[in-house]
Amino acid sequence: MAQAKPRVLVIGGGFAGAACARALHRADPQCDVTLVEPNPTFTACPSSNSVIAGLRDIAAQRFRYEAIRGEGITVAQDEATALDPRARRVTLRGGSVFDYDRLVLAPGIAIRWDALQGYDEAAAAVMPHAWWAGDQTLLLRRQLEAMPDGGTVVVSAPPNPFRCPPGPYERASLIAWYLKQAKPRSKLILLDAKDSFSKQRLFESAWRQLYPELIEWISLSNGGKVISVDTKTRTFTTDFATYKADVGNVIPPQRAGKIAQIAAVADATGWCPIDPVSFESRLQPNIHVIGDAAIAGAMPKSAFSANAQAKVCAFAVAALLRSETPSSPKLINTCYSLVAPDYGISIAGVYHPMNGQLADVEGAGGVSPLDAPPDFRALEARYAEAWFRTITADTFG
Amino acid sequence: MRRSRSILRALRGVALGFLVTTAAAAAEPPAGATSCSGCHALSAKVETPVPPIRGRDPAEIVAAMRQFRSGERPSTVMGRIAKGFSDDEIQAIAGWVAVQH
Repeated sequence: MAQAKPRVLVIGGGFAGAACARALHRADPQCDVTLVEPNPTFTACPSSNSVIAGLRDIAAQRFRYEAIRGEGITVAQDEATALDPRARRVTLRGGSVFDYDRLVLAPGIAIRWDALQGYDEAAAAVMPHAWWAGDQTLLLRRQLEAMPDGGTVVVSAPPNPFRCPPGPYERASLIAWYLKQAKPRSKLILLDAKDSFSKQRLFESAWRQLYPELIEWISLSNGGKVISVDTKTRTFTTDFATYKADVGNVIPPQRAGKIAQIAAVADATGWCPIDPVSFESRLQPNIHVIGDAAIAGAMPKSAFSANAQAKVCAFAVAALLRSETPSSPKLINTCYSLVAPDYGISIAGVYHPMNGQLADVEGAGGVSPLDAPPDFRALEARYAEAWFRTITADTFG
Repeated sequence: MRRSRSILRALRGVALGFLVTTAAAAAEPPAGATSCSGCHALSAKVETPVPPIRGRDPAEIVAAMRQFRSGERPSTVMGRIAKGFSDDEIQAIAGWVAVQH
Protein backbone atom coordinates (compact mmCIF):
# COMPACT_ATOMS: atom_id res chain seq x y z
CA MET A 1 0.00 0.00 0.00
CA ALA A 2 0.97 3.61 -0.47
CA GLN A 3 2.51 5.49 2.38
CA ALA A 4 0.62 8.15 4.30
CA LYS A 5 -0.54 11.06 2.17
CA PRO A 6 2.25 13.55 1.55
CA ARG A 7 1.64 16.83 3.34
CA VAL A 8 2.34 20.17 1.72
CA LEU A 9 1.87 23.44 3.52
CA VAL A 10 1.55 26.64 1.48
CA ILE A 11 2.03 29.87 3.41
CA GLY A 12 0.53 33.01 1.87
CA GLY A 13 -2.75 33.25 -0.01
CA GLY A 14 -1.95 35.71 -2.81
CA PHE A 15 -1.36 35.19 -6.53
CA ALA A 16 1.51 32.79 -5.83
CA GLY A 17 0.27 30.83 -2.79
CA ALA A 18 -3.39 30.41 -3.70
CA ALA A 19 -2.52 29.39 -7.27
CA CYS A 20 0.08 26.92 -5.98
CA ALA A 21 -2.33 25.26 -3.53
CA ARG A 22 -4.93 24.83 -6.29
CA ALA A 23 -2.43 23.56 -8.86
CA LEU A 24 -0.91 21.12 -6.39
CA HIS A 25 -4.31 19.75 -5.44
CA ARG A 26 -5.05 19.21 -9.13
CA ALA A 27 -1.58 17.83 -9.91
CA ASP A 28 -1.79 15.28 -7.12
CA PRO A 29 -5.19 14.81 -5.47
CA GLN A 30 -3.54 12.36 -3.04
CA CYS A 31 -1.53 15.17 -1.58
CA ASP A 32 -2.78 16.80 1.61
CA VAL A 33 -2.62 20.54 0.84
CA THR A 34 -3.12 23.23 3.49
CA LEU A 35 -3.06 26.94 2.66
CA VAL A 36 -2.24 29.28 5.55
CA GLU A 37 -3.38 32.89 5.22
CA PRO A 38 -4.28 35.27 8.08
CA ASN A 39 -6.74 37.41 6.10
CA PRO A 40 -10.22 36.14 5.24
CA THR A 41 -10.16 38.37 2.14
CA PHE A 42 -7.38 39.02 -0.34
CA THR A 43 -7.17 42.52 -1.83
CA ALA A 44 -5.36 42.47 -5.16
CA CYS A 45 -2.71 45.05 -6.03
CA PRO A 46 -2.98 44.84 -9.85
CA SER A 47 -5.60 47.38 -10.99
CA SER A 48 -5.53 49.08 -7.57
CA ASN A 49 -4.05 52.18 -9.26
CA SER A 50 -7.43 52.45 -10.99
CA VAL A 51 -9.08 52.55 -7.55
CA ILE A 52 -6.75 55.41 -6.59
CA ALA A 53 -7.79 57.27 -9.75
CA GLY A 54 -11.50 56.72 -8.99
CA LEU A 55 -11.96 54.46 -12.00
CA ARG A 56 -12.72 51.29 -10.07
CA ASP A 57 -14.37 50.14 -6.87
CA ILE A 58 -12.15 48.49 -4.26
CA ALA A 59 -14.76 45.70 -4.02
CA ALA A 60 -13.61 44.56 -7.48
CA GLN A 61 -10.16 43.94 -5.97
CA ARG A 62 -11.36 41.57 -3.23
CA PHE A 63 -11.32 37.80 -3.32
CA ARG A 64 -12.23 35.15 -0.77
CA TYR A 65 -11.11 31.57 -0.28
CA GLU A 66 -14.49 29.77 -0.43
CA ALA A 67 -13.92 28.33 -3.92
CA ILE A 68 -10.51 26.99 -2.87
CA ARG A 69 -12.03 25.40 0.23
CA GLY A 70 -14.77 23.97 -1.99
CA GLU A 71 -12.14 22.14 -4.03
CA GLY A 72 -11.05 20.20 -0.95
CA ILE A 73 -8.09 22.31 0.12
CA THR A 74 -7.81 23.20 3.81
CA VAL A 75 -7.49 26.95 4.27
CA ALA A 76 -6.25 27.85 7.75
CA GLN A 77 -7.04 31.47 8.60
CA ASP A 78 -3.98 31.94 10.72
CA GLU A 79 -0.43 33.24 10.63
CA ALA A 80 2.75 31.15 10.64
CA THR A 81 4.91 32.44 13.47
CA ALA A 82 7.58 29.79 13.93
CA LEU A 83 9.28 27.23 11.75
CA ASP A 84 11.68 24.38 12.44
CA PRO A 85 13.18 23.37 9.07
CA ARG A 86 14.94 20.33 10.52
CA ALA A 87 11.78 18.91 12.09
CA ARG A 88 9.77 20.21 9.08
CA ARG A 89 7.29 21.76 11.45
CA VAL A 90 5.40 25.06 11.34
CA THR A 91 3.64 26.65 14.31
CA LEU A 92 0.74 29.02 13.78
CA ARG A 93 -0.23 31.97 15.97
CA GLY A 94 -3.42 30.14 16.94
CA GLY A 95 -1.25 27.36 18.41
CA SER A 96 -1.74 24.68 15.73
CA VAL A 97 1.31 22.76 14.65
CA PHE A 98 1.75 21.42 11.10
CA ASP A 99 4.28 18.83 10.01
CA TYR A 100 5.09 18.95 6.32
CA ASP A 101 6.92 16.96 3.71
CA ARG A 102 7.36 20.08 1.60
CA LEU A 103 6.69 23.71 2.42
CA VAL A 104 5.89 26.44 -0.10
CA LEU A 105 6.42 30.04 1.01
CA ALA A 106 4.57 32.75 -0.88
CA PRO A 107 4.75 35.67 1.54
CA GLY A 108 4.97 38.52 -0.96
CA ILE A 109 6.76 41.62 0.25
CA ALA A 110 7.54 43.25 3.56
CA ILE A 111 8.13 46.98 3.71
CA ARG A 112 11.55 47.95 5.05
CA TRP A 113 10.38 50.41 7.66
CA ASP A 114 14.02 51.06 8.61
CA ALA A 115 15.19 51.99 5.11
CA LEU A 116 13.91 55.54 4.67
CA GLN A 117 14.41 58.08 7.43
CA GLY A 118 11.09 59.32 8.78
CA TYR A 119 9.04 56.58 7.15
CA ASP A 120 7.66 54.07 9.64
CA GLU A 121 4.25 52.45 10.05
CA ALA A 122 2.82 55.55 11.74
CA ALA A 123 4.07 57.73 8.87
CA ALA A 124 2.17 55.55 6.40
CA ALA A 125 -1.09 56.76 7.95
CA VAL A 126 -0.19 60.30 6.77
CA MET A 127 1.79 59.59 3.61
CA PRO A 128 0.42 56.27 2.36
CA HIS A 129 2.49 53.71 0.45
CA ALA A 130 -0.57 51.98 -1.02
CA TRP A 131 1.77 49.15 -2.04
CA TRP A 132 -0.38 46.63 -0.22
CA ALA A 133 -3.87 47.15 -1.57
CA GLY A 134 -6.74 47.85 0.82
CA ASP A 135 -7.04 50.63 3.40
CA GLN A 136 -3.86 52.27 2.11
CA THR A 137 -5.32 52.41 -1.42
CA LEU A 138 -8.47 54.07 -0.10
CA LEU A 139 -6.49 56.50 2.04
CA LEU A 140 -4.53 57.73 -0.97
CA ARG A 141 -7.79 58.02 -2.94
CA ARG A 142 -9.41 60.15 -0.20
CA GLN A 143 -6.37 62.41 0.04
CA LEU A 144 -6.46 63.04 -3.71
CA GLU A 145 -10.17 63.81 -3.55
CA ALA A 146 -9.63 66.25 -0.67
CA MET A 147 -6.71 68.04 -2.34
CA PRO A 148 -7.55 71.49 -3.73
CA ASP A 149 -7.03 72.24 -7.42
CA GLY A 150 -3.52 73.54 -7.94
CA GLY A 151 -2.05 71.13 -5.40
CA THR A 152 1.12 69.10 -5.74
CA VAL A 153 1.18 65.31 -5.54
CA VAL A 154 4.61 63.82 -4.85
CA VAL A 155 5.24 60.12 -5.46
CA SER A 156 8.56 58.49 -4.61
CA ALA A 157 9.72 55.29 -6.33
CA PRO A 158 12.23 52.90 -4.72
CA PRO A 159 15.42 51.36 -6.11
CA ASN A 160 15.28 47.89 -7.72
CA PRO A 161 14.14 45.29 -6.99
CA PHE A 162 10.58 45.91 -5.85
CA ARG A 163 7.04 44.63 -6.38
CA CYS A 164 5.51 45.57 -9.75
CA PRO A 165 8.29 47.42 -11.67
CA PRO A 166 5.88 49.46 -13.87
CA GLY A 167 3.54 50.13 -10.92
CA PRO A 168 4.85 53.57 -9.81
CA TYR A 169 4.65 54.85 -13.40
CA GLU A 170 1.14 53.48 -13.97
CA ARG A 171 0.16 55.13 -10.70
CA ALA A 172 1.64 58.49 -11.75
CA SER A 173 -0.23 58.17 -15.07
CA LEU A 174 -3.62 57.40 -13.56
CA ILE A 175 -3.31 60.03 -10.82
CA ALA A 176 -2.44 62.49 -13.62
CA TRP A 177 -5.53 61.34 -15.51
CA TYR A 178 -7.66 62.07 -12.44
CA LEU A 179 -6.01 65.47 -11.88
CA LYS A 180 -6.49 66.41 -15.53
CA GLN A 181 -10.25 65.73 -15.22
CA ALA A 182 -10.89 67.06 -11.72
CA LYS A 183 -8.03 69.39 -10.73
CA PRO A 184 -6.31 70.53 -13.90
CA ARG A 185 -4.08 73.17 -12.28
CA SER A 186 -2.39 70.49 -10.15
CA LYS A 187 0.99 68.84 -10.67
CA LEU A 188 2.59 65.47 -10.01
CA ILE A 189 6.26 65.08 -9.19
CA LEU A 190 7.72 61.58 -9.39
CA LEU A 191 10.96 61.29 -7.43
CA ASP A 192 12.91 58.22 -8.51
CA ALA A 193 15.82 56.31 -6.98
CA LYS A 194 16.54 54.97 -10.50
CA ASP A 195 17.64 56.32 -13.87
CA SER A 196 15.51 53.96 -15.91
CA PHE A 197 12.30 52.01 -15.45
CA SER A 198 9.99 49.42 -17.01
CA LYS A 199 8.21 50.45 -20.26
CA GLN A 200 9.97 53.82 -19.89
CA ARG A 201 9.80 55.00 -23.51
CA LEU A 202 6.12 54.06 -23.73
CA PHE A 203 5.26 55.87 -20.51
CA GLU A 204 7.27 58.97 -21.39
CA SER A 205 5.77 59.14 -24.87
CA ALA A 206 2.25 58.82 -23.43
CA TRP A 207 2.97 61.46 -20.76
CA ARG A 208 4.12 63.94 -23.42
CA GLN A 209 0.95 63.25 -25.37
CA LEU A 210 -1.63 63.09 -22.54
CA TYR A 211 -0.17 64.93 -19.56
CA PRO A 212 2.31 67.56 -20.76
CA GLU A 213 3.37 69.88 -17.94
CA LEU A 214 1.45 67.71 -15.44
CA ILE A 215 3.94 64.92 -14.68
CA GLU A 216 7.54 65.70 -13.83
CA TRP A 217 9.83 62.67 -13.47
CA ILE A 218 13.05 63.36 -11.57
CA SER A 219 15.58 60.57 -12.06
CA LEU A 220 18.36 59.46 -9.72
CA SER A 221 20.95 61.42 -11.76
CA ASN A 222 18.81 64.51 -11.51
CA GLY A 223 18.60 64.20 -7.74
CA GLY A 224 15.41 62.11 -7.50
CA LYS A 225 16.52 59.74 -4.76
CA VAL A 226 14.57 60.43 -1.56
CA ILE A 227 16.66 60.14 1.61
CA SER A 228 14.07 61.18 4.18
CA VAL A 229 10.45 62.17 4.55
CA ASP A 230 8.69 64.30 7.16
CA THR A 231 5.01 63.67 7.79
CA LYS A 232 4.55 66.89 9.83
CA THR A 233 5.32 69.06 6.81
CA ARG A 234 4.57 66.41 4.16
CA THR A 235 8.00 66.89 2.62
CA PHE A 236 10.36 64.64 0.72
CA THR A 237 14.07 65.41 0.99
CA THR A 238 16.68 64.37 -1.57
CA ASP A 239 20.42 65.16 -1.59
CA PHE A 240 19.65 68.32 -3.53
CA ALA A 241 16.22 69.65 -2.66
CA THR A 242 13.09 69.46 -0.54
CA TYR A 243 9.70 68.85 -2.12
CA LYS A 244 6.56 69.86 -0.29
CA ALA A 245 3.51 67.76 -1.10
CA ASP A 246 -0.20 68.30 -0.64
CA VAL A 247 -0.53 64.55 -1.14
CA GLY A 248 2.56 62.43 -0.57
CA ASN A 249 2.80 58.80 -1.70
CA VAL A 250 5.92 56.98 -0.55
CA ILE A 251 6.61 53.71 -2.36
CA PRO A 252 9.23 52.43 0.06
CA PRO A 253 12.08 49.92 -0.28
CA GLN A 254 10.98 46.32 0.22
CA ARG A 255 12.16 42.81 0.98
CA ALA A 256 10.65 39.32 1.13
CA GLY A 257 7.71 38.87 3.53
CA LYS A 258 8.34 38.19 7.19
CA ILE A 259 8.11 34.38 7.18
CA ALA A 260 11.07 34.34 4.76
CA GLN A 261 13.23 35.82 7.52
CA ILE A 262 11.81 33.40 10.11
CA ALA A 263 12.50 30.45 7.79
CA ALA A 264 16.00 31.78 7.01
CA VAL A 265 15.40 31.47 3.26
CA ALA A 266 16.24 35.15 2.55
CA ASP A 267 19.85 36.15 1.89
CA ALA A 268 21.63 39.45 2.65
CA THR A 269 19.63 41.19 -0.10
CA GLY A 270 16.40 40.49 1.81
CA TRP A 271 15.10 38.25 -1.02
CA CYS A 272 15.11 34.46 -1.45
CA PRO A 273 17.51 32.61 -3.78
CA ILE A 274 15.85 29.60 -5.43
CA ASP A 275 16.53 26.77 -7.83
CA PRO A 276 15.02 27.85 -11.18
CA VAL A 277 13.57 24.41 -11.96
CA SER A 278 11.81 23.57 -8.69
CA PHE A 279 11.77 26.92 -6.85
CA GLU A 280 13.33 25.10 -3.92
CA SER A 281 15.27 27.42 -1.64
CA ARG A 282 19.04 27.52 -2.10
CA LEU A 283 19.31 27.94 1.66
CA GLN A 284 16.85 25.40 3.13
CA PRO A 285 15.94 21.99 1.70
CA ASN A 286 12.25 21.04 1.31
CA ILE A 287 11.20 24.70 1.34
CA HIS A 288 10.14 26.34 -1.92
CA VAL A 289 9.75 30.09 -2.43
CA ILE A 290 7.55 31.62 -5.15
CA GLY A 291 6.20 35.03 -6.12
CA ASP A 292 7.55 38.44 -5.15
CA ALA A 293 9.71 37.04 -2.32
CA ALA A 294 11.83 34.90 -4.68
CA ILE A 295 14.93 35.97 -6.60
CA ALA A 296 13.59 34.82 -9.95
CA GLY A 297 16.36 36.22 -12.17
CA ALA A 298 14.91 38.02 -15.19
CA MET A 299 11.30 37.47 -14.10
CA PRO A 300 9.74 40.62 -12.63
CA LYS A 301 7.88 40.67 -9.33
CA SER A 302 4.40 40.62 -10.87
CA ALA A 303 1.13 38.83 -10.21
CA PHE A 304 1.45 37.05 -13.57
CA SER A 305 4.94 35.82 -12.66
CA ALA A 306 3.75 34.74 -9.21
CA ASN A 307 0.86 32.74 -10.68
CA ALA A 308 3.08 31.19 -13.38
CA GLN A 309 5.78 30.25 -10.86
CA ALA A 310 3.11 28.78 -8.57
CA LYS A 311 1.95 26.30 -11.20
CA VAL A 312 5.49 25.27 -12.17
CA CYS A 313 6.40 24.88 -8.49
CA ALA A 314 3.26 22.79 -7.83
CA PHE A 315 4.18 20.22 -10.49
CA ALA A 316 7.81 20.22 -9.32
CA VAL A 317 6.71 19.58 -5.72
CA ALA A 318 4.40 16.79 -6.91
CA ALA A 319 7.30 15.20 -8.84
CA LEU A 320 9.68 15.51 -5.88
CA LEU A 321 7.10 13.88 -3.59
CA ARG A 322 7.12 10.92 -5.99
CA SER A 323 10.94 10.95 -5.81
CA GLU A 324 11.11 12.01 -9.44
CA THR A 325 13.23 14.78 -10.93
CA PRO A 326 11.16 17.77 -12.10
CA SER A 327 11.65 18.63 -15.76
CA SER A 328 13.06 21.97 -16.85
CA PRO A 329 10.24 24.54 -17.17
CA LYS A 330 9.51 27.59 -19.26
CA LEU A 331 7.54 30.47 -17.83
CA ILE A 332 5.78 33.47 -19.29
CA ASN A 333 5.11 36.91 -17.87
CA THR A 334 2.75 39.49 -19.31
CA CYS A 335 2.08 42.81 -17.55
CA TYR A 336 -0.36 45.44 -18.65
CA SER A 337 -0.30 49.05 -17.45
CA LEU A 338 -2.92 51.70 -18.03
CA VAL A 339 -1.73 55.18 -18.89
CA ALA A 340 -5.37 56.30 -19.24
CA PRO A 341 -8.63 54.30 -19.13
CA ASP A 342 -8.48 53.59 -22.89
CA TYR A 343 -4.70 53.55 -23.24
CA GLY A 344 -2.98 50.28 -22.29
CA ILE A 345 0.64 49.19 -22.76
CA SER A 346 2.27 45.85 -22.07
CA ILE A 347 5.51 44.06 -21.48
CA ALA A 348 5.97 40.32 -21.96
CA GLY A 349 8.77 37.83 -21.46
CA VAL A 350 9.53 34.14 -21.76
CA TYR A 351 11.97 32.60 -19.27
CA HIS A 352 13.93 29.40 -18.79
CA PRO A 353 16.57 28.10 -16.38
CA MET A 354 20.06 29.06 -17.53
CA ASN A 355 23.24 28.87 -15.44
CA GLY A 356 21.21 28.42 -12.26
CA GLN A 357 18.97 31.44 -12.87
CA LEU A 358 15.72 32.16 -14.66
CA ALA A 359 16.88 33.96 -17.80
CA ASP A 360 15.12 35.61 -20.73
CA VAL A 361 14.63 33.36 -23.73
CA GLU A 362 16.62 35.29 -26.35
CA GLY A 363 14.59 36.87 -29.10
CA ALA A 364 11.28 36.68 -27.24
CA GLY A 365 9.40 39.23 -25.17
CA GLY A 366 9.50 43.00 -25.18
CA VAL A 367 7.11 45.91 -24.93
CA SER A 368 4.21 47.22 -27.04
CA PRO A 369 5.32 49.07 -30.18
CA LEU A 370 6.18 52.72 -29.58
CA ASP A 371 4.33 53.84 -32.70
CA ALA A 372 1.10 51.86 -32.19
CA PRO A 373 -2.18 53.54 -33.23
CA PRO A 374 -4.91 54.46 -30.69
CA ASP A 375 -6.98 51.33 -31.41
CA PHE A 376 -3.99 49.16 -30.42
CA ARG A 377 -3.71 51.06 -27.11
CA ALA A 378 -7.46 50.72 -26.57
CA LEU A 379 -7.29 46.98 -27.25
CA GLU A 380 -4.46 46.54 -24.73
CA ALA A 381 -6.53 48.49 -22.17
CA ARG A 382 -9.36 45.99 -22.74
CA TYR A 383 -6.90 43.11 -22.42
CA ALA A 384 -5.66 44.58 -19.14
CA GLU A 385 -9.18 44.35 -17.72
CA ALA A 386 -9.69 40.86 -19.11
CA TRP A 387 -6.33 39.75 -17.76
CA PHE A 388 -7.34 40.76 -14.24
CA ARG A 389 -10.57 38.72 -14.43
CA THR A 390 -8.69 35.73 -15.86
CA ILE A 391 -5.71 35.67 -13.48
CA THR A 392 -7.92 36.12 -10.41
CA ALA A 393 -10.20 33.27 -11.56
CA ASP A 394 -7.12 31.13 -12.23
CA THR A 395 -5.80 31.91 -8.74
CA PHE A 396 -8.87 32.00 -6.50
CA GLY A 397 -11.27 29.77 -8.48
CA MET B 1 -33.01 -8.62 -8.71
CA ARG B 2 -29.97 -10.14 -10.29
CA ARG B 3 -30.06 -7.60 -13.07
CA SER B 4 -30.34 -4.66 -10.69
CA ARG B 5 -27.45 -6.04 -8.65
CA SER B 6 -25.28 -6.35 -11.73
CA ILE B 7 -26.21 -2.82 -12.73
CA LEU B 8 -25.26 -1.72 -9.28
CA ARG B 9 -21.96 -3.54 -9.61
CA ALA B 10 -21.37 -1.93 -12.99
CA LEU B 11 -22.18 1.47 -11.58
CA ARG B 12 -19.85 0.91 -8.67
CA GLY B 13 -17.17 -0.07 -11.18
CA VAL B 14 -17.74 3.16 -13.06
CA ALA B 15 -17.68 5.15 -9.84
CA LEU B 16 -14.45 3.49 -8.73
CA GLY B 17 -12.95 3.98 -12.16
CA PHE B 18 -13.82 7.65 -11.90
CA LEU B 19 -12.27 7.94 -8.47
CA VAL B 20 -9.11 6.20 -9.59
CA THR B 21 -8.77 8.48 -12.63
CA THR B 22 -9.38 11.68 -10.71
CA ALA B 23 -7.14 10.65 -7.82
CA ALA B 24 -4.13 9.79 -10.00
CA ALA B 25 -1.30 12.28 -10.10
CA ALA B 26 -1.30 14.31 -13.30
CA ALA B 27 1.72 14.02 -15.58
CA GLU B 28 4.02 17.04 -15.65
CA PRO B 29 2.81 19.49 -18.30
CA PRO B 30 5.16 20.39 -21.18
CA ALA B 31 7.45 23.41 -20.64
CA GLY B 32 5.55 26.68 -20.77
CA ALA B 33 2.07 25.14 -20.88
CA THR B 34 0.81 26.15 -17.46
CA SER B 35 1.57 29.85 -18.05
CA CYS B 36 -1.07 30.14 -20.81
CA SER B 37 -3.99 30.24 -18.35
CA GLY B 38 -2.68 33.56 -16.99
CA CYS B 39 -4.46 35.15 -20.00
CA HIS B 40 -6.46 32.35 -21.64
CA ALA B 41 -9.15 31.47 -19.12
CA LEU B 42 -9.56 27.80 -18.23
CA SER B 43 -13.00 28.56 -16.85
CA ALA B 44 -15.77 29.31 -19.33
CA LYS B 45 -17.29 31.62 -16.71
CA VAL B 46 -14.66 34.32 -17.24
CA GLU B 47 -15.84 37.09 -19.53
CA THR B 48 -12.95 37.93 -21.85
CA PRO B 49 -12.20 38.97 -25.43
CA VAL B 50 -9.10 36.72 -25.30
CA PRO B 51 -9.85 33.55 -27.32
CA PRO B 52 -10.11 30.35 -25.26
CA ILE B 53 -7.49 27.69 -26.01
CA ARG B 54 -8.73 24.99 -23.64
CA GLY B 55 -10.05 21.98 -25.52
CA ARG B 56 -9.09 23.49 -28.88
CA ASP B 57 -7.83 21.45 -31.84
CA PRO B 58 -4.03 21.22 -31.39
CA ALA B 59 -3.45 21.80 -35.11
CA GLU B 60 -5.22 25.15 -34.84
CA ILE B 61 -3.07 26.22 -31.91
CA VAL B 62 0.13 25.12 -33.63
CA ALA B 63 -0.79 27.02 -36.80
CA ALA B 64 -1.71 30.17 -34.85
CA MET B 65 1.48 30.10 -32.76
CA ARG B 66 3.67 29.70 -35.86
CA GLN B 67 1.90 32.59 -37.56
CA PHE B 68 2.24 34.76 -34.47
CA ARG B 69 5.91 33.90 -34.29
CA SER B 70 6.60 34.79 -37.93
CA GLY B 71 4.48 37.94 -37.73
CA GLU B 72 2.23 36.63 -40.51
CA ARG B 73 -0.69 36.91 -38.10
CA PRO B 74 -0.90 40.30 -36.37
CA SER B 75 -1.18 40.41 -32.59
CA THR B 76 -0.69 42.69 -29.62
CA VAL B 77 1.32 40.41 -27.34
CA MET B 78 1.27 36.88 -28.81
CA GLY B 79 4.04 37.57 -31.35
CA ARG B 80 6.38 38.50 -28.50
CA ILE B 81 5.47 35.34 -26.58
CA ALA B 82 5.44 32.89 -29.52
CA LYS B 83 9.06 33.84 -30.34
CA GLY B 84 10.07 32.12 -27.09
CA PHE B 85 8.95 28.65 -28.22
CA SER B 86 10.30 26.09 -30.72
CA ASP B 87 8.10 24.00 -33.03
CA ASP B 88 8.43 20.99 -30.73
CA GLU B 89 7.50 23.01 -27.68
CA ILE B 90 4.47 24.51 -29.43
CA GLN B 91 3.36 21.04 -30.53
CA ALA B 92 3.64 19.70 -26.98
CA ILE B 93 1.80 22.67 -25.44
CA ALA B 94 -1.00 22.44 -28.03
CA GLY B 95 -1.43 18.73 -27.27
CA TRP B 96 -1.64 19.41 -23.55
CA VAL B 97 -3.98 22.39 -23.78
CA ALA B 98 -6.35 20.38 -25.97
CA VAL B 99 -7.10 17.89 -23.19
CA GLN B 100 -7.49 20.39 -20.33
CA HIS B 101 -10.91 20.67 -18.76
